[in-house]
Amino acid sequence: MTSKTPENQKLDVPPPYNAVARHGVSAEPNHDEIARFNFLANFNKFMASELSPGNKLAYDKRVLPAFQKTHGREPKDRFEIRHAMNDDPFHRFWSALKRNSMEMRQQNGRAMVLRQIDEINAKARQFNEGRDTLELHPEIEIPRYQSAVDIHCMPGSYHGEELPGDVSAGANYDCGIFATTGGGLGALTDGGGQALVKWIRETRPGWEPRRVLDIGTTVGHNIVPLALAFPNCEFIAIDTAAPILRYAHARAQSLGATNIRFIQANAEDLSRWDDGTFDWVQTTMFLHETSGKALPKILAEGYRVLADDGLMLHLEQPEYSDEMPLYEQFIRDWDAFNNNEPFWSSMHALDMKDEMVSAGFDRSELFETGVRAVVDTEIFPQSDTEEGEDHGRAAFWHAYGAWKNRDELQEAAE
Amino acid sequence: MTDQAFDWMAAANKKAKGKRPEYFDDPEDERMLSILMAVVGEVSVLRERLDTVERLLESKGSITRSDIDSYEPDRDAAYERGAMAREYIYRVMRGPQQMVEELEQAEPPVEHISEELKEI
Repeated sequence: MTSKTPENQKLDVPPPYNAVARHGVSAEPNHDEIARFNFLANFNKFMASELSPGNKLAYDKRVLPAFQKTHGREPKDRFEIRHAMNDDPFHRFWSALKRNSMEMRQQNGRAMVLRQIDEINAKARQFNEGRDTLELHPEIEIPRYQSAVDIHCMPGSYHGEELPGDVSAGANYDCGIFATTGGGLGALTDGGGQALVKWIRETRPGWEPRRVLDIGTTVGHNIVPLALAFPNCEFIAIDTAAPILRYAHARAQSLGATNIRFIQANAEDLSRWDDGTFDWVQTTMFLHETSGKALPKILAEGYRVLADDGLMLHLEQPEYSDEMPLYEQFIRDWDAFNNNEPFWSSMHALDMKDEMVSAGFDRSELFETGVRAVVDTEIFPQSDTEEGEDHGRAAFWHAYGAWKNRDELQEAAE
Repeated sequence: MTDQAFDWMAAANKKAKGKRPEYFDDPEDERMLSILMAVVGEVSVLRERLDTVERLLESKGSITRSDIDSYEPDRDAAYERGAMAREYIYRVMRGPQQMVEELEQAEPPVEHISEELKEI
């Protein structure tokens, strides 16, 4: 093959895994481990661009006509479409391929991490031991919505330990997102956090929040960029799972984000914090991993600890509104039933505006906006939101937000 | 150190909690596809490794195994290797891709064409 310059690189191929940045607790991939993730990134791109459109064709050309003939009516919801599509040979084969790709991603990531588990755990200890910015509370119970199944088919989920005190759950979670998103979240998988920094600077220039709460922080992908952008602000990042917090803390410290305190806590009960403690309370791609009763409690607690003039922000995939075609709702629901995201379907059917009002906001305080991952587009792809979208994985989110009592404060000041 | 009882190869294969959906009528087909897809992935890994060896030999004349693990493709090489993986995936995924084409354009059985040609 002749050498090509970037200008004539016309084929849509993901960047190589070598472009993924390393930090202080990264797993060190060998040649073949890199090649495995390269294969999966390319394969997932093929699935999204070439095979996914076959699902809609199968639906329009044979599944829907057969449904209409049998029932004498249109499908009434996404569940009826799913049951009908689950009998279609194309959709079944596509689903089986996609499930395998998810399982391979987990196997490949775990093999890479567990091969060097002692080294990774030792690196984490160096950053964690003796630091008061990591607070673990073993009495925190893993809620049923985190323990019922292993979310995203990640064996052991966020809270599993292969060895006592280990961080392999975090290291595996961190290393494989490249393969699932084709590099769409950037070198440190922090395109969501980078997007929040860009968004807040454009939305409220010069604002300096004093204290920020990140709920369901996982490995801190989306809070580290904010912590680096606001070095004088105190960040609290909570999660129920200790292994992932050990990893998150070590990762953040190694990246220089020393102003984040990682605390094992359940957001349904934030009673250790007084009313109005935080200027910013957020979740990023977390609420769909909770439950019908936990979600309103988390929002209500978040509202209580949020100060006046403070920001509440939740990033998620778009909700299933009446305007969204039922077919699109069905295909966006794939992960709920095929990739162990059991609350995904119900959560996306909620009207988040109603939920925010129930939590305490006035409807006039709410806003919605789109947030696209910010990545180094010289190397990493800009997430596209139209043709070839890998539903549920596109690095483009819907933000549900509100400023608490901001208008009242402004009126009072005038 | 890890005691001898921790077998990372076995641990890497742990099943995720949660009943696995059944995609095919025959459960054996689920297992066969999982083996086949793992092999499809490993062939891609071998091809990438061979490409690394070729590139290193071309530039250095001789190599060690540690050169292979520390190899970092430059931008052009990364693109060429991505294109190579893409080409490979298209080749092995011909069947599923043709299923999409069949959905786009339904065709009559060739037997019908055969009957037709007899008469024209």
